[in-house]
Amino acid sequence: MSTANQAKSEMASTSHSANKRGVPEGLWIRCDGCEATVYKKQVEQQLGLCPECGHHFKISANERIRQLLDEDSFEEWFSELAPCDPLNFADKKPYKDRLVAEQKRTGLKEACIAGRGYMRGRPLILALTDSSFIMGSMGSVVGEKLTRSIEQATEQKLPLVIVSGSGGGARMHEGILSLMQMGKVSAALARYRDAGGFFISVLTNPTMGGVAASFASLGDIVLAEPKALIGFAGPRVVKETIKIELPEDFQTSEFLMEHGFVDRVVSRPELRLEIARLIDYCVS
Amino acid sequence: MAPTHVLPFEKPIVELEQQLEKLENQPDPSPSTRESIRNMRVEINRMRREIFETLDPWDVVQVSRHPDRPQTLDYIELLFDEFVELHGDRAFGDDRAILTGFAKLEGQKVLFVGQHKGRTLKEREECFYGCAHPEGYRKAINKMEMATRFGLPIICFIDTPGAYPGIGAEERGQAYSIAHNLREMSTFNTPIICVVIGEGGSGGALGIGIGDHICVMEYAYYSVISPEGCAGILWKSVQHKDKAARALKFTSKSLLELGVIDEIIPEPLGGAHRDHWQTATMLKGSLLKALKDLQAVPKDQLLDRRYQKFRNYGVFEEQVANADTE
Ligand SMILES: [Zn+2]
Repeated sequence: MSTANQAKSEMASTSHSANKRGVPEGLWIRCDGCEATVYKKQVEQQLGLCPECGHHFKISANERIRQLLDEDSFEEWFSELAPCDPLNFADKKPYKDRLVAEQKRTGLKEACIAGRGYMRGRPLILALTDSSFIMGSMGSVVGEKLTRSIEQATEQKLPLVIVSGSGGGARMHEGILSLMQMGKVSAALARYRDAGGFFISVLTNPTMGGVAASFASLGDIVLAEPKALIGFAGPRVVKETIKIELPEDFQTSEFLMEHGFVDRVVSRPELRLEIARLIDYCVS
Repeated sequence: MAPTHVLPFEKPIVELEQQLEKLENQPDPSPSTRESIRNMRVEINRMRREIFETLDPWDVVQVSRHPDRPQTLDYIELLFDEFVELHGDRAFGDDRAILTGFAKLEGQKVLFVGQHKGRTLKEREECFYGCAHPEGYRKAINKMEMATRFGLPIICFIDTPGAYPGIGAEERGQAYSIAHNLREMSTFNTPIICVVIGEGGSGGALGIGIGDHICVMEYAYYSVISPEGCAGILWKSVQHKDKAARALKFTSKSLLELGVIDEIIPEPLGGAHRDHWQTATMLKGSLLKALKDLQAVPKDQLLDRRYQKFRNYGVFEEQVANADTE
């Protein structure tokens, strides 16, 4: 959705050394949180956190899988699903070309990775959106992968964890089909819930628009990484509409928790333990 | 009477209409004048058909936003024998951008949910130009849940540029409210008919848009993003809104071709704003037929049918597993 994309581009333009692949290139990088120049290796060793201030750099979906799951326990599913161009969409660049370029740049086939794995010995279904692939936006493939994951979780009676990183919301380039993915995934979540499934939604920076307005908000438990941008409309659109200054913490994880839409703000090093602990309360 | 708001592509039609009016007002028309009147009427119809058959998607957007286009409150008046408005979400307030209530359609009891934009400035400000807040979505879902328990079918009219982008809306969980509606509407075991009567603006539209029969009025549009928003992001300037409108394939005809909607409800020649009564008559016919069809679906199949409907949305390739790039 518009607003979400604008939010993302706004963030990109205001950050100093933002790189779409998460931790920026080069040996030394500038932290968006404290503006310190930090050693990149050190950031990587600390799960993508700034050693000075704890700022959470973006990390890829694959890195997230490494951080969350037991070693080599992830079995990827639905990797055969690939995007196509149902609208024959072109802006300044044809969508077809954009897809190829994004695939090359990110090494991903689409913005979603899904499969089954173990977290501290607990079996679960894990799906993630990677915010680097067309801003983690949801088109047909992302919607389909998530829906199949939810249906598998329902069938196999497994807990479900979805980690969202999506500034793009519903992907514009697939038009109405992207919008309808919101309905599709949400309907699958209804069936999963009614079958007794336990769903933990993890919100990371950024989670906006049509992703926030569908599966990402529907967790039985909603966790968020600190200071992530989370919301429906992008901050720039809100500002343009109401023409007053926005509160400092507007649409952050902490703002959402304060207003009742996030259960817990959890920093990245705690996430794995925290999810496992929550699963133990609801899944026997 | 001359129309108050003329769209650019309507100008030649309106000019001819004004000439016709002059001729018609002549006290004692000669046979040759009568002949010209006849010819002019034919010409106006021909011109209208020609212009409206080839409307550019951006023109369609303008028709869908026409200030004289019938809105939810007009349809309530024109379609129903009775309307009993039900206010409030039981948590925060009564959003005027989404109206809910019991209604009778040819004697059939239904729950009606409709997004309303407002016509006078005061009315438009009250309902934020058709942009609902979380309390509007919450009101809608609460009333729908109740209607389901009492076996009433649900009719939703969609007409919004999008959900409201504001501080209060975000504080009160705009994203969650829409998400919640998407999930819950997929579980209500009663027929749900959704009609996009004007603008179908992204998540704000879909928030009351999960149903068994999805229709779009001929000159309405239904889109993942507004043409202006899309142009601003992908073309870096709102000026390219016409290009975005073409690229997004969001007119009723394109939506039907994409297999996303079930029905296009025809509008009078020249658009719904030319004739509210005729528009409502056609819409009523479609609603009655859809209701009848859906009531014939066995109760234990309805939800599965709805699930499959949404389940099938999406276009992608399934490549051979080992042809992976990684
Ligand atoms: Zn820092």
